[in-house]
Amino acid sequence: MDLQIALLLGQDGIVNGAIYALLALALVLVFAVTRVIFIPQGEFVAYGALTLAAFQAGKTPGTLWLLLGAGALVALIDTVMALRAGSMGRLKRIALWDLALPAAIAGLVLWLEPGRLPLWAQVTLALAIVIPLGPLIYRLAYQPLAEASVLVLLIVSVAVHLTLVGLGLLFFGAEGSRTTPFSEAQFNLGMLTVNGQTLWVLGASVVLIVGLYLFFGRTLYGKALRATAINRVGARLMGISTTMAGKLSFTLAAGIGALSGILIAPITTVYYDTGFLVGLKGFVAAIIAGLVSYPLAAAGAILVGLLEAFSSFWASAFKEVIVFTLIIPVLVWRSLTSHHVEEEE
Amino acid sequence: MTTPILQVNELCVSYGKVEALHHINLKVEAGKIVTVIGPNGAGKTTLLSAIMGLLPSKGEIAFQGEVQRDIEVEHLVAMGMTLVPEKRELFGEMSVEDNLLLGAFMRYRAGDRDQGKTMDQVFGTFPRLRERRAQLAGTLSGGERQMLAVGRALMAKPKLLMLDEPSLGLAPLIVREIFHIIAELKQTGVAILLVEQNARAALQIADYGYVLETGSIALEGESRALADDPRVVETYLGLGGKKQ
Repeated sequence: MDLQIALLLGQDGIVNGAIYALLALALVLVFAVTRVIFIPQGEFVAYGALTLAAFQAGKTPGTLWLLLGAGALVALIDTVMALRAGSMGRLKRIALWDLALPAAIAGLVLWLEPGRLPLWAQVTLALAIVIPLGPLIYRLAYQPLAEASVLVLLIVSVAVHLTLVGLGLLFFGAEGSRTTPFSEAQFNLGMLTVNGQTLWVLGASVVLIVGLYLFFGRTLYGKALRATAINRVGARLMGISTTMAGKLSFTLAAGIGALSGILIAPITTVYYDTGFLVGLKGFVAAIIAGLVSYPLAAAGAILVGLLEAFSSFWASAFKEVIVFTLIIPVLVWRSLTSHHVEEEE
Repeated sequence: MTTPILQVNELCVSYGKVEALHHINLKVEAGKIVTVIGPNGAGKTTLLSAIMGLLPSKGEIAFQGEVQRDIEVEHLVAMGMTLVPEKRELFGEMSVEDNLLLGAFMRYRAGDRDQGKTMDQVFGTFPRLRERRAQLAGTLSGGERQMLAVGRALMAKPKLLMLDEPSLGLAPLIVREIFHIIAELKQTGVAILLVEQNARAALQIADYGYVLETGSIALEGESRALADDPRVVETYLGLGGKKQ
Protein backbone atom coordinates (compact mmCIF):
# COMPACT_ATOMS: atom_id res chain seq x y z
CA MET A 1 0.00 0.00 0.00
CA ASP A 2 1.44 3.35 -0.99
CA LEU A 3 0.43 6.80 0.11
CA GLN A 4 -1.86 7.35 -2.84
CA ILE A 5 -3.97 4.30 -2.05
CA ALA A 6 -4.05 5.23 1.61
CA LEU A 7 -5.33 8.68 0.72
CA LEU A 8 -7.93 7.21 -1.57
CA LEU A 9 -9.14 4.81 1.09
CA GLY A 10 -9.09 7.55 3.66
CA GLN A 11 -11.26 9.72 1.43
CA ASP A 12 -13.66 6.82 0.89
CA GLY A 13 -13.80 6.10 4.59
CA ILE A 14 -14.51 9.68 5.53
CA VAL A 15 -17.27 10.03 2.94
CA ASN A 16 -18.99 6.87 4.13
CA GLY A 17 -18.25 7.85 7.70
CA ALA A 18 -20.07 11.15 7.18
CA ILE A 19 -23.18 9.27 6.08
CA TYR A 20 -22.91 6.88 9.01
CA ALA A 21 -22.51 9.90 11.28
CA LEU A 22 -25.79 11.36 10.07
CA LEU A 23 -27.57 8.07 10.62
CA ALA A 24 -25.96 7.61 14.03
CA LEU A 25 -27.15 11.06 15.09
CA ALA A 26 -30.68 10.22 14.00
CA LEU A 27 -30.55 6.93 15.92
CA VAL A 28 -29.31 8.64 19.08
CA LEU A 29 -31.99 11.31 18.73
CA VAL A 30 -34.84 8.85 18.26
CA PHE A 31 -33.65 6.66 21.12
CA ALA A 32 -33.17 9.56 23.52
CA VAL A 33 -36.62 11.00 22.88
CA THR A 34 -38.75 7.88 22.39
CA ARG A 35 -36.55 4.97 23.65
CA VAL A 36 -37.11 3.34 20.25
CA ILE A 37 -34.10 1.60 18.69
CA PHE A 38 -34.89 2.70 15.19
CA ILE A 39 -33.86 -0.23 13.01
CA PRO A 40 -35.99 1.01 10.07
CA GLN A 41 -33.68 4.05 9.83
CA GLY A 42 -31.92 2.35 6.91
CA GLU A 43 -35.14 1.91 4.96
CA PHE A 44 -35.47 5.67 4.77
CA VAL A 45 -32.01 5.73 3.16
CA ALA A 46 -33.15 3.25 0.51
CA TYR A 47 -36.53 4.91 0.02
CA GLY A 48 -34.92 8.32 -0.45
CA ALA A 49 -32.40 7.04 -2.98
CA LEU A 50 -34.82 4.83 -4.91
CA THR A 51 -37.59 7.42 -5.00
CA LEU A 52 -35.14 9.80 -6.65
CA ALA A 53 -33.97 7.04 -8.99
CA ALA A 54 -37.58 6.30 -9.97
CA PHE A 55 -38.08 9.96 -10.87
CA GLN A 56 -34.99 9.87 -13.05
CA ALA A 57 -36.20 6.70 -14.76
CA GLY A 58 -39.46 8.47 -15.52
CA LYS A 59 -41.53 6.26 -13.19
CA THR A 60 -43.91 7.11 -10.39
CA PRO A 61 -42.31 5.77 -7.19
CA GLY A 62 -44.34 3.32 -5.11
CA THR A 63 -43.48 5.30 -1.96
CA LEU A 64 -46.05 7.83 -3.13
CA TRP A 65 -48.82 5.25 -2.77
CA LEU A 66 -47.41 4.25 0.61
CA LEU A 67 -47.63 7.87 1.71
CA LEU A 68 -51.26 8.14 0.60
CA GLY A 69 -52.15 4.78 2.15
CA ALA A 70 -50.44 5.45 5.48
CA GLY A 71 -52.01 8.91 5.63
CA ALA A 72 -55.48 7.50 5.01
CA LEU A 73 -54.97 4.78 7.62
CA VAL A 74 -53.80 7.27 10.26
CA ALA A 75 -56.69 9.57 9.39
CA LEU A 76 -59.15 6.71 9.83
CA ILE A 77 -57.75 5.65 13.22
CA ASP A 78 -57.50 9.19 14.52
CA THR A 79 -60.98 10.11 13.33
CA VAL A 80 -62.50 7.14 15.15
CA MET A 81 -60.59 8.08 18.30
CA ALA A 82 -61.56 11.74 18.05
CA LEU A 83 -65.23 10.85 17.60
CA ARG A 84 -65.07 8.54 20.61
CA ALA A 85 -63.50 11.23 22.77
CA GLY A 86 -66.03 13.68 21.39
CA SER A 87 -63.43 16.28 20.43
CA MET A 88 -64.29 17.65 17.02
CA GLY A 89 -61.43 20.12 17.15
CA ARG A 90 -58.99 17.41 16.15
CA LEU A 91 -60.75 16.54 12.90
CA LYS A 92 -59.48 19.61 11.06
CA ARG A 93 -55.88 18.82 11.93
CA ILE A 94 -56.34 15.19 10.86
CA ALA A 95 -57.80 16.21 7.50
CA LEU A 96 -54.98 18.68 6.93
CA TRP A 97 -51.96 16.58 7.91
CA ASP A 98 -53.00 13.04 7.07
CA LEU A 99 -55.15 13.55 3.98
CA ALA A 100 -54.60 16.96 2.41
CA LEU A 101 -50.81 17.05 2.71
CA PRO A 102 -50.16 13.60 1.17
CA ALA A 103 -52.75 14.31 -1.52
CA ALA A 104 -51.08 17.63 -2.31
CA ILE A 105 -47.67 15.97 -2.61
CA ALA A 106 -49.12 13.23 -4.81
CA GLY A 107 -50.89 15.78 -6.99
CA LEU A 108 -47.68 17.76 -7.37
CA VAL A 109 -45.64 14.70 -8.31
CA LEU A 110 -48.17 13.41 -10.86
CA TRP A 111 -48.65 16.84 -12.36
CA LEU A 112 -45.01 17.88 -12.61
CA GLU A 113 -43.55 14.73 -14.20
CA PRO A 114 -40.37 14.93 -12.12
CA GLY A 115 -38.26 13.10 -14.75
CA ARG A 116 -37.94 16.32 -16.71
CA LEU A 117 -37.29 18.62 -13.77
CA PRO A 118 -33.86 19.85 -12.66
CA LEU A 119 -32.10 17.73 -10.05
CA TRP A 120 -32.78 20.01 -7.08
CA ALA A 121 -36.54 19.84 -7.75
CA GLN A 122 -36.39 16.04 -7.99
CA VAL A 123 -34.54 15.91 -4.68
CA THR A 124 -37.10 18.20 -3.05
CA LEU A 125 -40.00 16.06 -4.27
CA ALA A 126 -38.31 12.83 -3.16
CA LEU A 127 -37.81 14.31 0.32
CA ALA A 128 -41.42 15.54 0.35
CA ILE A 129 -42.61 11.98 -0.26
CA VAL A 130 -40.32 10.16 2.17
CA ILE A 131 -40.12 12.55 5.15
CA PRO A 132 -43.85 12.50 6.06
CA LEU A 133 -43.61 8.71 6.26
CA GLY A 134 -41.59 9.17 9.47
CA PRO A 135 -44.32 10.70 11.65
CA LEU A 136 -46.97 8.48 10.03
CA ILE A 137 -45.00 5.35 10.96
CA TYR A 138 -44.55 6.71 14.47
CA ARG A 139 -48.30 7.20 14.75
CA LEU A 140 -49.15 3.75 13.43
CA ALA A 141 -46.50 1.57 15.06
CA TYR A 142 -45.06 3.33 18.10
CA GLN A 143 -47.49 5.88 19.52
CA PRO A 144 -49.94 3.29 20.88
CA LEU A 145 -46.99 1.70 22.71
CA ALA A 146 -45.30 4.86 23.97
CA GLU A 147 -45.18 3.52 27.53
CA ALA A 148 -43.91 0.05 26.59
CA SER A 149 -40.47 -1.25 27.53
CA VAL A 150 -37.40 -0.77 25.33
CA LEU A 151 -37.53 -4.45 24.40
CA VAL A 152 -41.12 -4.29 23.15
CA LEU A 153 -40.31 -1.19 21.15
CA LEU A 154 -37.27 -2.98 19.68
CA ILE A 155 -39.42 -5.89 18.54
CA VAL A 156 -41.85 -3.44 16.94
CA SER A 157 -38.84 -1.89 15.18
CA VAL A 158 -37.89 -5.26 13.72
CA ALA A 159 -41.45 -5.69 12.44
CA VAL A 160 -41.51 -2.21 10.91
CA HIS A 161 -38.13 -2.86 9.32
CA LEU A 162 -39.25 -6.13 7.72
CA THR A 163 -42.47 -4.55 6.49
CA LEU A 164 -40.67 -1.62 4.92
CA VAL A 165 -38.05 -3.84 3.25
CA GLY A 166 -40.83 -5.98 1.80
CA LEU A 167 -42.66 -2.93 0.54
CA GLY A 168 -39.37 -1.65 -0.90
CA LEU A 169 -39.02 -4.83 -2.96
CA LEU A 170 -42.59 -4.45 -4.14
CA PHE A 171 -42.15 -0.80 -5.10
CA PHE A 172 -38.72 -0.78 -6.64
CA GLY A 173 -38.00 -4.39 -7.66
CA ALA A 174 -34.86 -6.35 -6.98
CA GLU A 175 -32.56 -4.36 -9.26
CA GLY A 176 -30.37 -1.66 -7.85
CA SER A 177 -30.27 1.91 -9.12
CA ARG A 178 -27.86 4.77 -9.29
CA THR A 179 -28.76 8.40 -9.71
CA THR A 180 -26.97 11.15 -11.60
CA PRO A 181 -24.30 12.87 -9.51
CA PHE A 182 -24.97 16.34 -8.15
CA SER A 183 -21.77 17.55 -9.77
CA GLU A 184 -19.38 16.14 -12.36
CA ALA A 185 -16.53 18.35 -11.24
CA GLN A 186 -13.16 16.86 -10.30
CA PHE A 187 -10.43 18.49 -8.30
CA ASN A 188 -6.80 17.47 -8.17
CA LEU A 189 -5.13 17.96 -4.85
CA GLY A 190 -1.60 16.71 -5.34
CA MET A 191 -1.84 12.94 -5.61
CA LEU A 192 -5.50 12.90 -4.69
CA THR A 193 -8.45 13.31 -7.00
CA VAL A 194 -11.58 14.52 -5.27
CA ASN A 195 -14.81 14.45 -7.18
CA GLY A 196 -17.73 16.78 -6.78
CA GLN A 197 -20.10 14.27 -5.23
CA THR A 198 -17.64 13.62 -2.40
CA LEU A 199 -17.64 17.30 -1.58
CA TRP A 200 -21.43 17.32 -1.72
CA VAL A 201 -21.65 14.46 0.77
CA LEU A 202 -19.16 16.06 3.16
CA GLY A 203 -20.63 19.53 2.78
CA ALA A 204 -24.21 18.39 3.26
CA SER A 205 -23.25 16.31 6.29
CA VAL A 206 -21.46 19.21 7.92
CA VAL A 207 -24.34 21.58 7.17
CA LEU A 208 -26.84 19.08 8.55
CA ILE A 209 -24.82 18.42 11.71
CA VAL A 210 -24.36 22.14 12.36
CA GLY A 211 -28.05 22.62 11.62
CA LEU A 212 -29.01 19.96 14.16
CA TYR A 213 -26.65 21.49 16.70
CA LEU A 214 -28.30 24.88 16.28
CA PHE A 215 -31.76 23.32 16.32
CA PHE A 216 -31.13 21.62 19.66
CA GLY A 217 -29.20 24.49 21.19
CA ARG A 218 -31.10 27.54 19.98
CA THR A 219 -34.71 26.75 19.13
CA LEU A 220 -37.50 26.11 21.60
CA TYR A 221 -38.69 23.01 19.74
CA GLY A 222 -35.15 21.61 19.80
CA LYS A 223 -34.95 22.30 23.52
CA ALA A 224 -38.36 20.68 23.97
CA LEU A 225 -37.03 17.50 22.36
CA ARG A 226 -34.01 17.54 24.66
CA ALA A 227 -36.29 18.15 27.63
CA THR A 228 -38.39 15.10 26.71
CA ALA A 229 -35.21 13.04 26.46
CA ILE A 230 -34.04 14.25 29.89
CA ASN A 231 -37.31 14.09 31.80
CA ARG A 232 -40.49 12.87 30.18
CA VAL A 233 -42.82 13.73 33.08
CA GLY A 234 -41.28 17.18 33.48
CA ALA A 235 -41.72 17.81 29.78
CA ARG A 236 -45.36 16.73 29.81
CA LEU A 237 -46.02 19.11 32.70
CA MET A 238 -44.73 21.91 30.45
CA GLY A 239 -47.25 20.84 27.82
CA ILE A 240 -44.66 19.12 25.63
CA SER A 241 -46.58 16.02 24.68
CA THR A 242 -44.75 12.74 24.25
CA THR A 243 -46.60 12.25 20.97
CA MET A 244 -45.50 15.57 19.57
CA ALA A 245 -41.89 14.93 20.58
CA GLY A 246 -42.04 11.44 19.07
CA LYS A 247 -43.45 12.65 15.78
CA LEU A 248 -40.93 15.47 15.57
CA SER A 249 -37.97 13.17 16.21
CA PHE A 250 -39.25 10.65 13.64
CA THR A 251 -39.66 13.47 11.13
CA LEU A 252 -36.05 14.48 11.69
CA ALA A 253 -34.85 10.88 11.48
CA ALA A 254 -36.79 10.29 8.25
CA GLY A 255 -35.37 13.49 6.79
CA ILE A 256 -31.80 12.61 7.73
CA GLY A 257 -32.24 9.07 6.39
CA ALA A 258 -33.78 10.13 3.08
CA LEU A 259 -31.18 12.82 2.52
CA SER A 260 -28.36 10.36 3.29
CA GLY A 261 -29.77 7.99 0.69
CA ILE A 262 -30.01 10.76 -1.89
CA LEU A 263 -26.41 11.76 -1.17
CA ILE A 264 -24.94 8.26 -1.59
CA ALA A 265 -27.12 7.18 -4.51
CA PRO A 266 -24.70 8.61 -7.13
CA ILE A 267 -21.70 6.88 -5.47
CA THR A 268 -23.07 3.41 -4.71
CA THR A 269 -25.74 1.32 -6.30
CA VAL A 270 -28.69 1.26 -3.91
CA TYR A 271 -30.94 -1.79 -3.71
CA TYR A 272 -34.25 -2.08 -1.86
CA ASP A 273 -32.41 -3.68 1.08
CA THR A 274 -29.19 -1.66 1.04
CA GLY A 275 -30.49 0.61 3.76
CA PHE A 276 -30.35 -2.05 6.43
CA LEU A 277 -26.58 -2.53 6.18
CA VAL A 278 -25.94 1.20 6.00
CA GLY A 279 -28.24 1.79 8.93
CA LEU A 280 -26.55 -0.93 10.96
CA LYS A 281 -23.18 0.74 10.51
CA GLY A 282 -24.71 3.93 11.78
CA PHE A 283 -25.98 1.83 14.65
CA VAL A 284 -22.47 0.57 15.47
CA ALA A 285 -21.39 4.20 15.66
CA ALA A 286 -24.35 5.05 17.88
CA ILE A 287 -23.48 2.13 20.17
CA ILE A 288 -19.90 3.42 20.44
CA ALA A 289 -21.53 6.56 21.81
CA GLY A 290 -23.67 4.51 24.20
CA LEU A 291 -26.78 5.83 22.39
CA VAL A 292 -26.46 9.10 24.29
CA SER A 293 -23.59 11.26 23.07
CA TYR A 294 -23.92 13.05 19.73
CA PRO A 295 -20.24 14.02 19.26
CA LEU A 296 -19.07 10.52 20.20
CA ALA A 297 -21.54 9.04 17.72
CA ALA A 298 -20.14 11.22 14.94
CA ALA A 299 -16.57 10.30 15.84
CA GLY A 300 -17.52 6.62 16.01
CA ALA A 301 -19.10 6.88 12.58
CA ILE A 302 -15.90 8.25 11.01
CA LEU A 303 -14.01 5.41 12.69
CA VAL A 304 -16.47 2.88 11.24
CA GLY A 305 -16.12 4.44 7.78
CA LEU A 306 -12.32 4.37 7.87
CA LEU A 307 -12.21 0.83 9.22
CA GLU A 308 -14.56 -0.28 6.47
CA ALA A 309 -12.51 1.39 3.74
CA PHE A 310 -9.17 0.00 4.86
CA SER A 311 -10.49 -3.50 5.54
CA SER A 312 -12.03 -3.56 2.06
CA PHE A 313 -8.48 -3.10 0.74
CA TRP A 314 -6.74 -5.65 2.93
CA ALA A 315 -9.47 -8.22 3.42
CA SER A 316 -12.40 -7.28 1.28
CA ALA A 317 -14.22 -10.56 1.90
CA PHE A 318 -14.23 -9.77 5.62
CA LYS A 319 -15.08 -6.09 5.35
CA GLU A 320 -18.48 -6.34 7.07
CA VAL A 321 -17.21 -8.89 9.57
CA ILE A 322 -14.46 -6.54 10.69
CA VAL A 323 -16.81 -3.57 11.02
CA PHE A 324 -19.43 -5.43 12.98
CA THR A 325 -16.85 -7.19 15.15
CA LEU A 326 -15.90 -3.73 16.36
CA ILE A 327 -19.09 -3.73 18.38
CA ILE A 328 -17.85 -6.54 20.66
CA PRO A 329 -14.84 -4.76 22.23
CA VAL A 330 -16.95 -1.60 22.38
CA LEU A 331 -19.68 -3.39 24.31
CA VAL A 332 -17.15 -5.02 26.63
CA TRP A 333 -15.51 -1.68 27.29
CA ARG A 334 -18.90 0.00 27.80
CA SER A 335 -20.15 -2.63 30.20
CA LEU A 336 -16.95 -2.43 32.22
CA THR A 337 -16.86 1.33 32.48
CA SER A 338 -20.50 2.36 32.79
CA HIS A 339 -22.93 1.81 35.62
CA HIS A 340 -25.71 -0.49 34.69
CA VAL A 341 -29.17 0.85 35.43
CA GLU A 342 -31.99 -1.66 35.52
CA GLU A 343 -34.94 -0.58 33.50
CA GLU A 344 -38.03 -0.06 35.60
CA GLU A 345 -40.67 -2.64 34.97
CA MET B 1 -70.87 33.96 43.55
CA THR B 2 -68.15 33.71 40.92
CA THR B 3 -67.24 30.44 39.29
CA PRO B 4 -64.37 28.76 41.07
CA ILE B 5 -61.15 28.23 39.12
CA LEU B 6 -61.16 24.59 40.01
CA GLN B 7 -64.04 22.44 41.13
CA VAL B 8 -63.56 18.74 41.82
CA ASN B 9 -66.65 16.60 42.32
CA GLU B 10 -66.73 13.02 43.52
CA LEU B 11 -63.21 12.28 42.33
CA CYS B 12 -62.09 8.68 42.76
CA VAL B 13 -58.68 7.30 41.84
CA SER B 14 -57.68 3.66 41.87
CA TYR B 15 -54.38 1.90 41.54
CA GLY B 16 -55.49 -1.40 40.10
CA LYS B 17 -58.18 -2.72 42.45
CA VAL B 18 -57.18 -0.53 45.34
CA GLU B 19 -59.02 2.75 45.53
CA ALA B 20 -56.63 5.43 46.77
CA LEU B 21 -58.99 8.42 46.75
CA HIS B 22 -62.67 8.20 47.63
CA HIS B 23 -65.22 10.73 46.43
CA ILE B 24 -63.18 13.87 46.87
CA ASN B 25 -65.00 17.20 46.65
CA LEU B 26 -62.83 20.27 46.58
CA LYS B 27 -62.81 23.71 45.10
CA VAL B 28 -60.39 26.57 44.60
CA GLU B 29 -61.77 30.09 44.21
CA ALA B 30 -60.05 32.66 42.03
CA GLY B 31 -57.15 34.44 43.71
CA LYS B 32 -57.19 32.24 46.81
CA ILE B 33 -54.69 29.90 48.35
CA VAL B 34 -56.22 26.56 49.21
CA THR B 35 -54.21 23.95 51.05
CA VAL B 36 -54.61 20.22 51.39
CA ILE B 37 -52.82 18.91 54.46
CA GLY B 38 -52.53 15.41 55.73
CA PRO B 39 -50.10 12.71 56.72
CA ASN B 40 -47.80 10.70 54.49
CA GLY B 41 -49.68 8.31 52.24
CA ALA B 42 -53.04 10.05 52.61
CA GLY B 43 -53.20 10.50 48.84
CA LYS B 44 -52.18 14.13 48.51
CA THR B 45 -49.82 13.62 45.58
CA THR B 46 -52.30 11.23 43.97
CA LEU B 47 -54.92 13.95 44.17
CA LEU B 48 -52.78 16.50 42.34
CA SER B 49 -51.65 13.95 39.75
CA ALA B 50 -55.25 13.04 39.02
CA ILE B 51 -56.34 16.67 38.69
CA MET B 52 -53.43 17.27 36.32
CA GLY B 53 -54.36 14.27 34.18
CA LEU B 54 -51.25 12.27 34.99
CA LEU B 55 -53.41 9.52 36.51
CA PRO B 56 -56.75 8.19 35.28
CA SER B 57 -59.65 9.08 37.54
CA LYS B 58 -63.41 8.91 37.86
CA GLY B 59 -65.56 11.87 38.77
CA GLU B 60 -65.74 15.39 37.50
CA ILE B 61 -63.08 18.06 37.23
CA ALA B 62 -64.22 21.52 36.18
CA PHE B 63 -61.64 24.14 35.33
CA GLN B 64 -62.96 27.71 35.15
CA GLY B 65 -66.47 26.32 35.16
CA GLU B 66 -65.79 24.02 32.21
CA VAL B 67 -66.03 20.30 32.86
CA GLN B 68 -62.91 18.61 31.48
CA ARG B 69 -63.74 15.47 29.55
CA ASP B 70 -60.49 15.15 27.72
CA ILE B 71 -58.21 15.17 30.73
CA GLU B 72 -54.84 15.34 29.04
CA VAL B 73 -51.90 17.03 30.65
CA GLU B 74 -50.97 19.04 27.57
CA HIS B 75 -54.51 20.27 27.17
CA LEU B 76 -54.78 21.36 30.81
CA VAL B 77 -51.43 23.15 30.64
CA ALA B 78 -52.66 25.04 27.58
CA MET B 79 -55.77 26.06 29.54
CA GLY B 80 -53.71 27.53 32.38
CA MET B 81 -53.17 24.80 34.93
CA THR B 82 -49.66 23.97 36.14
CA LEU B 83 -48.26 21.54 38.63
CA VAL B 84 -44.97 21.82 40.47
CA PRO B 85 -44.45 18.17 41.31
CA GLU B 86 -42.98 16.82 44.50
CA LYS B 87 -39.88 15.59 42.66
CA ARG B 88 -39.50 18.96 40.85
CA GLU B 89 -38.87 17.11 37.56
CA LEU B 90 -36.38 19.70 36.32
CA PHE B 91 -34.31 19.30 33.16
CA GLY B 92 -31.05 18.70 34.99
CA GLU B 93 -28.69 18.80 32.03
CA MET B 94 -30.10 22.08 30.75
CA SER B 95 -29.44 25.62 31.94
CA VAL B 96 -31.69 27.46 34.38
CA GLU B 97 -32.64 29.82 31.57
CA ASP B 98 -33.63 26.96 29.23
CA ASN B 99 -35.68 25.35 31.99
CA LEU B 100 -37.57 28.60 32.41
CA LEU B 101 -38.04 29.05 28.66
CA LEU B 102 -39.53 25.57 28.39
CA GLY B 103 -42.00 26.54 31.10
CA ALA B 104 -43.50 28.90 28.54
CA PHE B 105 -43.54 26.25 25.78
CA MET B 106 -47.32 26.11 25.53
CA ARG B 107 -47.62 29.88 25.35
CA TYR B 108 -44.94 29.94 22.64
CA ARG B 109 -46.95 27.41 20.65
CA ALA B 110 -50.02 29.57 21.04
CA GLY B 111 -48.13 32.49 19.54
CA ASP B 112 -47.03 34.48 22.61
CA ARG B 113 -43.57 35.96 22.27
CA ASP B 114 -43.26 37.85 25.59
CA GLN B 115 -41.15 35.15 27.29
CA GLY B 116 -38.37 37.65 28.00
CA LYS B 117 -40.71 39.84 30.00
CA THR B 118 -42.18 36.94 31.95
CA MET B 119 -38.67 35.73 32.71
CA ASP B 120 -37.79 39.15 34.10
CA GLN B 121 -40.80 38.91 36.41
CA VAL B 122 -39.71 35.45 37.53
CA PHE B 123 -36.21 36.79 38.15
CA GLY B 124 -37.83 39.59 40.14
CA THR B 125 -39.49 37.00 42.36
CA PHE B 126 -36.41 34.77 42.54
CA PRO B 127 -33.31 36.98 42.18
CA ARG B 128 -31.12 33.98 42.86
CA LEU B 129 -32.23 32.35 39.62
CA ARG B 130 -30.96 35.38 37.70
CA GLU B 131 -27.50 34.87 39.16
CA ARG B 132 -27.62 31.22 38.20
CA ARG B 133 -29.24 31.61 34.80
CA ALA B 134 -26.41 29.99 32.81
CA GLN B 135 -25.84 27.20 35.35
CA LEU B 136 -27.14 23.68 34.72
CA ALA B 137 -30.28 22.95 36.73
CA GLY B 138 -28.77 19.72 38.06
CA THR B 139 -26.04 21.66 39.88
CA LEU B 140 -28.41 23.84 41.94
CA SER B 141 -28.96 23.46 45.67
CA GLY B 142 -32.23 22.05 46.99
CA GLY B 143 -33.80 25.44 47.67
CA GLU B 144 -32.73 26.81 44.32
CA ARG B 145 -34.15 23.78 42.57
CA GLN B 146 -37.50 24.39 44.23
CA MET B 147 -37.35 28.05 43.22
CA LEU B 148 -36.59 27.00 39.65
CA ALA B 149 -39.47 24.53 39.66
CA VAL B 150 -41.89 27.24 40.83
CA GLY B 151 -40.34 29.80 38.46
CA ARG B 152 -40.66 27.41 35.55
CA ALA B 153 -44.34 26.88 36.37
CA LEU B 154 -44.89 30.65 36.58
CA MET B 155 -43.45 31.06 33.07
CA ALA B 156 -46.69 29.50 31.81
CA LYS B 157 -48.62 32.43 33.38
CA PRO B 158 -50.95 29.92 35.01
CA LYS B 159 -54.43 30.63 36.32
CA LEU B 160 -54.07 27.80 38.79
CA LEU B 161 -50.72 26.88 40.32
CA MET B 162 -50.59 23.54 42.09
CA LEU B 163 -47.67 22.96 44.44
CA ASP B 164 -46.86 19.51 45.74
CA GLU B 165 -44.88 19.63 49.01
CA PRO B 166 -42.76 22.66 48.19
CA SER B 167 -41.10 22.39 51.61
CA LEU B 168 -39.99 18.79 51.17
CA GLY B 169 -36.33 18.27 51.99
CA LEU B 170 -35.52 21.93 52.49
CA ALA B 171 -33.85 23.67 55.42
CA PRO B 172 -36.26 25.59 57.71
CA LEU B 173 -34.97 29.00 56.63
CA ILE B 174 -35.49 28.17 52.97
CA VAL B 175 -38.93 26.77 53.73
CA ARG B 176 -39.85 30.11 55.29
CA GLU B 177 -38.56 31.93 52.22
CA ILE B 178 -40.51 29.69 49.84
CA PHE B 179 -43.73 30.11 51.80
CA HIS B 180 -43.20 33.85 51.92
CA ILE B 181 -42.93 33.85 48.13
CA ILE B 182 -46.05 31.69 47.76
CA ALA B 183 -48.00 34.16 49.89
CA GLU B 184 -46.69 36.97 47.68
CA LEU B 185 -47.69 35.14 44.51
CA LYS B 186 -51.28 35.41 45.65
CA GLN B 187 -51.05 39.17 45.06
CA THR B 188 -50.52 38.53 41.34
CA GLY B 189 -53.97 36.98 41.16
CA VAL B 190 -53.03 33.38 40.56
CA ALA B 191 -55.04 30.78 42.45
CA ILE B 192 -52.91 28.30 44.36
CA LEU B 193 -53.61 24.75 45.44
CA LEU B 194 -50.95 23.86 47.96
CA VAL B 195 -50.42 20.33 49.16
CA GLU B 196 -48.29 20.15 52.32
CA GLN B 197 -47.22 18.00 55.18
CA ASN B 198 -45.99 21.10 56.95
CA ALA B 199 -49.49 21.94 58.15
CA ARG B 200 -48.54 24.90 60.29
CA ALA B 201 -46.81 26.81 57.52
CA ALA B 202 -49.48 25.90 54.99
CA LEU B 203 -52.39 27.03 57.19
CA GLN B 204 -50.63 30.30 57.92
CA ILE B 205 -50.68 31.44 54.30
CA ALA B 206 -53.82 29.66 53.06
CA ASP B 207 -57.36 31.01 52.94
CA TYR B 208 -59.05 27.65 53.05
CA GLY B 209 -57.91 24.19 53.97
CA TYR B 210 -58.79 20.55 53.57
CA VAL B 211 -57.51 17.70 55.70
CA LEU B 212 -56.97 14.53 53.71
CA GLU B 213 -56.79 11.26 55.63
CA THR B 214 -56.50 7.81 54.04
CA GLY B 215 -58.00 8.94 50.77
CA SER B 216 -60.95 10.97 52.06
CA ILE B 217 -61.51 14.55 53.12
CA ALA B 218 -61.74 14.34 56.91
CA LEU B 219 -62.16 18.05 57.64
CA GLU B 220 -62.40 21.31 55.79
CA GLY B 221 -62.82 24.96 56.65
CA GLU B 222 -61.33 28.43 56.72
CA SER B 223 -57.69 27.97 57.53
CA ARG B 224 -57.87 30.04 60.74
CA ALA B 225 -60.70 27.88 61.98
CA LEU B 226 -58.82 24.76 60.98
CA ALA B 227 -55.70 25.94 62.78
CA ASP B 228 -57.78 26.25 65.97
CA ASP B 229 -59.64 23.01 65.50
CA PRO B 230 -58.60 20.70 68.34
CA ARG B 231 -58.38 17.67 66.05
CA VAL B 232 -56.01 19.47 63.72
CA VAL B 233 -53.98 20.92 66.56
CA GLU B 234 -53.54 17.54 68.15
CA THR B 235 -52.67 15.57 65.03
CA TYR B 236 -50.89 18.02 62.76
CA LEU B 237 -49.72 21.00 64.71
CA GLY B 238 -48.75 19.38 67.97
CA LEU B 239 -48.01 21.27 71.14
CA GLY B 240 -47.37 24.93 70.68
CA GLY B 241 -49.22 24.92 67.42
CA LYS B 242 -51.25 27.89 68.44
CA LYS B 243 -48.45 29.91 69.88
CA GLN B 244 -46.92 30.93 66.55
